[in-house]
Amino acid sequence: MKQEYTITVYTENQIGLLNRIAMMFSRRKINIESLNTSPSEIEGIHRFTIVIHEAEEVVKKLVRQIEKQVEVLKAYYNTNDEIVWQELALYKVSTDKVIEDVKVERLLRKYGARAVVIRKDYTVFETSGHREEINNLIDALAPLGLIEFVRSARVAIINASKGFYEKLKEFEAEEPGEVLVENEFLDKQNEVFSL
Amino acid sequence: MSNTVLAEKDTKKIAKKTAPARQGRFSKGDEITGAQAVVEALVAEHVTDFFGYPGGAIMPIYDALYDYSGLLNHVLARHEQGSIHAAQGYARTSGKVGVVFSTSGPGATNLVTGLADAQIDSTPLVCITGQVFASLLGTDAFQETDVINITTPITKWNYQVTEASEIPGVLAKAFYIAGSGRPGPVLVDITKNAQTEKFVYPGYQPCNHIRSYRPKPIVRPEYVKEAADLINAAERPFVLFGQGVILGKAEKEFREFIEKGGLPAAWTVLGLSALPTNHELNVGMLGMHGNYGPNVLTNECDVLIAVGMRFDDRVTGRLDKYARQAKVIHLDIDPAEIDKNIKATVPVWGDCKETLPMLTKLIQKKQHPDWLKRFNDLRKQEEEIVINPELNPTGEVMTMGEVIRTLNEVAKGEPVIVTDVGQHQMVACRYATFNHSMSNVTSGGLGTMGFGLPAAVGAKFGAPDRQVVAIIGDGGFQMTMQELGTIMQSGIAVKIIILNNNFLGMVRQWQQLFNDRRYSFVNISSPNFVMLANAYGIESQNISKREQLKAAIETMMAHKGSYLLEVMVGKENNVFPMVPQGCGVAEIRLK
Repeated sequence: MKQEYTITVYTENQIGLLNRIAMMFSRRKINIESLNTSPSEIEGIHRFTIVIHEAEEVVKKLVRQIEKQVEVLKAYYNTNDEIVWQELALYKVSTDKVIEDVKVERLLRKYGARAVVIRKDYTVFETSGHREEINNLIDALAPLGLIEFVRSARVAIINASKGFYEKLKEFEAEEPGEVLVENEFLDKQNEVFSL
Repeated sequence: MSNTVLAEKDTKKIAKKTAPARQGRFSKGDEITGAQAVVEALVAEHVTDFFGYPGGAIMPIYDALYDYSGLLNHVLARHEQGSIHAAQGYARTSGKVGVVFSTSGPGATNLVTGLADAQIDSTPLVCITGQVFASLLGTDAFQETDVINITTPITKWNYQVTEASEIPGVLAKAFYIAGSGRPGPVLVDITKNAQTEKFVYPGYQPCNHIRSYRPKPIVRPEYVKEAADLINAAERPFVLFGQGVILGKAEKEFREFIEKGGLPAAWTVLGLSALPTNHELNVGMLGMHGNYGPNVLTNECDVLIAVGMRFDDRVTGRLDKYARQAKVIHLDIDPAEIDKNIKATVPVWGDCKETLPMLTKLIQKKQHPDWLKRFNDLRKQEEEIVINPELNPTGEVMTMGEVIRTLNEVAKGEPVIVTDVGQHQMVACRYATFNHSMSNVTSGGLGTMGFGLPAAVGAKFGAPDRQVVAIIGDGGFQMTMQELGTIMQSGIAVKIIILNNNFLGMVRQWQQLFNDRRYSFVNISSPNFVMLANAYGIESQNISKREQLKAAIETMMAHKGSYLLEVMVGKENNVFPMVPQGCGVAEIRLK
């Protein structure tokens, strides 16, 4: 059964790695719904957050192929109930509309939007939340003249994660110990992130 | 204090285990160019023979190479594809990392087929390509190609160097990545300015640890135990082995394992020669054109033990009809292979050099005479219907099989056999006999026609004391026959057998069986191969009669230098048995 999975990849910071990882998806004709790269909790280590809609079997194999890449330290996959996630969106609307139309104000309150910029001609609002929440506001603003809209990739925190630091120590050791012996498949654990 | 600082402190420093670097022409503290650092790295990594083709963007490296004639032997190929296939052949017979030099642009793109081939067949290579000046990157400069992005999906690792000072470290990493764990091709692209720049040489430090890279998964004894329990309880155990046994240099460990357990073992095309042909537990070849018994009994065994193989579709046929009844034990060094195609009941991750002895220790000494007899019985059926007519034909035309049989009689399983791709490849793999490991060089995963001749050149450099026999079809030979020039110039002795049926035989066979004999563009004419060989100063002979065969092969094998023997074989002979595409292994056809 296909569903949404969030893949978290800890990597070295190297040019070309984004491409190498993205190719693993395109080679299998899997559409990346959202992709974000950012620093992680550890200096020098990058964190990719990738969202795809796929069956677990496919995701599991894919994650193992990603983890096999030389500069990838570790890759995890999680369903939506295993993570906390947000997306950020910016909306540009006509300032006149905002002032004139009481409805707009009500909508913005309802969706928890914040004004980032207010200028004579336009105003930029920002919301963050899940995809549906953001989409709801677009739907509401569209008839009132949404000039521009943009949404960021998903960023996600894994509920069960205790951070990457302990694991990194193992990676840096030339003879890794027990921590690296971990793997969700061998242990047949349901909990994917097992530190 | 940041996490990074803490992590530094916690890192265990362990004494370097790699062999000490060989001394080159320069020492720590000397001011040298990036190009010189490249050549120094080869010396330090104990490279002796390597392959390449010069060009504008790699000229500084070739200039540096000029001073190393006593230390390094550069073999000039006739095409970059030839140089990389040669490096593959070298790696396969020597067990070392193959090295290739090539220029930017077309030089680099000509490596693509070889890289893809090495990637899918896990062959360790370090390819060094020249690149335009860093300042010209992205300007569509002369002979500029984005080689890093072109080669990303077909390399284990690749990296672009734009500063000379990066070179020693990057090349140390490249050799380490190529040769460790599941081996594979690595490409390092070096811009021309990085080759000419001078820097203070810090000396060469071989690499043996990259924090984000774990070449060998840690063995879990509890899974070895589980696997042993399954094997001990098995009544009809069956071992499948692949190139992992050879790459892991675990041939001895593998033999001890199957001998103790009395386990019949069948090989994949790349696993061929890891176990001597005449070993009593060697039950033959797996897959589409494999032997009858191993294919049929895959679906009757109760425990399937896969060692260093990846359940390629040419081995498994239809997955939903593959060994559904069996419990599967999968030994592999690459975690991504476990469960990729076939679900493993017990996965044993790790280097089989380590896991096989652990397993051998835990299994009971046993024999399975009745089960082994099943293989032999099916073998007899196959012999009657397929093997005997192929090896001892009575018809007028020669078969590929009898050529291989005669070669076996003359060479007695001693030479390295290199094949190209197609019918002759399947026939050679099925019937050639082997006494030694690392003796079969073929393009398995990618199925690269044109692989054979250049790979044979490399195979000879990798095993200079052994006879190297290349068996090639008339189609594949014409794809890379310019490498006869490489053979001529380097003066090596490679024995070449062209099995000429005037067809692209394997495609023709499929067209006959599945496309109603609509022979669409498979009719291929050839030049006079004997004259061609003679033009390159290579002794040659063409035969078309059975009476000539034995003497011709004897002459070829006894000849001191290279020799090309063209054998005219039946035009429309087919390779059987065959598991038709989309069928299960047990549906294998004998005719």
